[in-house]
Amino acid sequence: MLSRTADHLYWMSRYIERAENLARMLEVNYRMSLLPHDAQIVERGWAATLTIIGLLDAFRQRYQAVTPANAIAFMAFDRDNPGSIYSCLRQARENARAVRGTLTSETWEMLNSTWLEMRVAGVRPGSEIANFFEWVKDRSHLARGVVQGTMLCDEAWHFIWLGTYLERADSTSRILDVKYHLLLPHGEQAGGSADYYQWSALLHSVSAFEIYRRVYRDLITPRRVAELLVLRDDMPRSLRSCVSRAYTHLMAIRNAQSGETERRAGELQASLHFGRIEDIFALGLHEYLVQFVGRIRDLGERVARDFLVSATD
Amino acid sequence: MVGTSAYDEMHGAAGEVREHYRAFADWLASTPRDRLAQKRAEADSLFHRVGITFAVYGEEAGTERLIPFDIVPRIIPAPEWRQLAAGLRQRVRALNAFIADIYHEQEILAAGRIPPEQVLCNQAYRPEMQGIDVPGAIYAHIAGIDVVRAGRGEFYVLEDNLRVPSGVSYMLEDRRMMMRLFPELFARHSVAPVEHYPDLLLENLRSVAPAGLNDPAVVLLTPGANNSAYFEHAFLAQQMGIELVEGQDLFVENEYVYMRTTQGPQRVDVIYRRIDDDFLDPLVFRPDSLLGVPGLLAAYREGRVTIANAIGTGVADDKSIYPYVPEMVRFYLGEEPLLSNVPTYVLRRQEDLDYTLSHLAELVVKEVHGAGGYGMLVGPAATREQLAAFRARILSAPERYIAQPTLALSSCPTFVEAGVAPRHIDLRPFVLSGRDITLVPGGLTRVALREGSLVVNSSQGGGTKDTWVLE
Repeated sequence: MLSRTADHLYWMSRYIERAENLARMLEVNYRMSLLPHDAQIVERGWAATLTIIGLLDAFRQRYQAVTPANAIAFMAFDRDNPGSIYSCLRQARENARAVRGTLTSETWEMLNSTWLEMRVAGVRPGSEIANFFEWVKDRSHLARGVVQGTMLCDEAWHFIWLGTYLERADSTSRILDVKYHLLLPHGEQAGGSADYYQWSALLHSVSAFEIYRRVYRDLITPRRVAELLVLRDDMPRSLRSCVSRAYTHLMAIRNAQSGETERRAGELQASLHFGRIEDIFALGLHEYLVQFVGRIRDLGERVARDFLVSATD
Repeated sequence: MVGTSAYDEMHGAAGEVREHYRAFADWLASTPRDRLAQKRAEADSLFHRVGITFAVYGEEAGTERLIPFDIVPRIIPAPEWRQLAAGLRQRVRALNAFIADIYHEQEILAAGRIPPEQVLCNQAYRPEMQGIDVPGAIYAHIAGIDVVRAGRGEFYVLEDNLRVPSGVSYMLEDRRMMMRLFPELFARHSVAPVEHYPDLLLENLRSVAPAGLNDPAVVLLTPGANNSAYFEHAFLAQQMGIELVEGQDLFVENEYVYMRTTQGPQRVDVIYRRIDDDFLDPLVFRPDSLLGVPGLLAAYREGRVTIANAIGTGVADDKSIYPYVPEMVRFYLGEEPLLSNVPTYVLRRQEDLDYTLSHLAELVVKEVHGAGGYGMLVGPAATREQLAAFRARILSAPERYIAQPTLALSSCPTFVEAGVAPRHIDLRPFVLSGRDITLVPGGLTRVALREGSLVVNSSQGGGTKDTWVLE
């Protein structure tokens, strides 16, 4: 397969997944801002989210105050913000358009109509913002479904899933890390109703609230939340699950020069497989997550070098 | 031929419905108007969703528009098509023979049938091609020949497109759309299929691969997603199951062409290019081209790769060469042309220039190198100011223009705001040349949607129709 084609497929799926995770992050903040907090805490939540995705500076250049309305306008609908949901869906569609011959027509039409609807939604955000987040998640579910249900399981397919899981691993770790920024002044102890709502909102944002209840049948504690989202293999958005699936797809497309990338991915997978939550907390969850995001970025760069920009000049 | 009374494809002189349109006319009469309107809206939304759009140059970057699709088909009876097809095959054979001759012995020039400066000073003539042998001596592997019908129903060739003719994807999608919207029509008519065009095209491209290859690798080279015909490039590559490549995906090493893949370099044997000559190889043609492949011409000269269409085919489809095509048929094939040319005034000739200037309001004037309906004057439709302005343009560089009588293009019933009304149409059949000459029945029918307009180009408000050849 052409390296450029693989590149477009990989980024197409990363951008869809990114849009979904942005919607999840915004949704959790939005839910939290509906709780009876003082304005300062609400602001801190949004600032933490903007920090974690690296857009706080860009935001401050455009907007005065960190309010829910401003943050949502910026991160969901802003056409000039390359990191907004709007821009992600446009990028997903542009990447798909560049390789539409490689996609099934259902896949292409689904991404194209998502973009056509987004353009309309972008003009008038509407009051029911929660519906918008639901819509973004639905379109992302649909995108995965149409790939799963219509595409040949060839190299193209593996690149699509590799992009999906690397992006999701990155996003889950960032979502988890938002919580760290939010709790920073309070230390790490659990308890208190505000804290409970924050953790449960976080679980909701990664569709893990019911899963948590089923798995632990007990109080929500930070340690278990972290365990669920970092180490559980059967939890579809956990770091371990994402990395092990990414590893599988990487092995399916390996080539003559990808040995070191395979080794690093395998090493990361093993560390999640055999890791213990006690050790992660001993290192510090935030420190662990920062390291993890760095390793995912490294894998992304290595994939680009090994497969997407072919070194044959 | 000159005049205002257009040939009506559906109705005879007395208003009666022509034989081959009868079943359709019955269906049309019995179908409620609101159902037609609803089907038409359905077609629009389907085309949008599928993304069958084209980019319009000169508008905001990334603007995509639909080419309006008309639900009334253009129907051609089988005997008429057989005659037309025979004429097209003959014409394309002669055109290929001409290009081969020009880039080798130039016998037609030596025989004095065409003034040499007309060919050798033409900007579409590529001296780099001189003496290069191409497989099967085929240059124009894909030809789109624009054909119109004048007042008495006789066909004329308006233009030969031998460089990178486009539009075939609309032919295929229009058929798919009609079958989806009105399956009952296809039960009533025996319409010759066109869906196998991509198979024929792939077979044709493989048949002209460099000799000695069992399984030649064919790719489609596109300028990229911003090109106006990108949809078609992606569509054809997908339908043929070949890679859609951009210049950056290819490279040349030791005079072989390779593409960059996730598993390393892979040989390329045939390039179906949809990029103009000028941009193909920055080492030979435009040095600023980012679309092409450095070293491609060197590989081509060595016979390591086939480029379709060949470089330099423009020398045969240029509007100033067009008047000589009937002569080519006689010279190379020893036959009388089956298809007529439109009488053409070449304004580099003084007597033609004088005639044109004194009859400007009756004529169509075209730029020799123009395409897409840009830079042309339709005399009868022009205002006094437009005529004066065009006169000045002609006088400043007469060699850049040709003129033709205004043809009363035939008209076909078309679904417009006010209901079903006649609109002018043309036809672009696609002729494939390789080991054999093949063409699918019909082609792309373009329709000028504005009342009275004769300009069918999509960039100028034209639409398309499904084209039926009845078996």
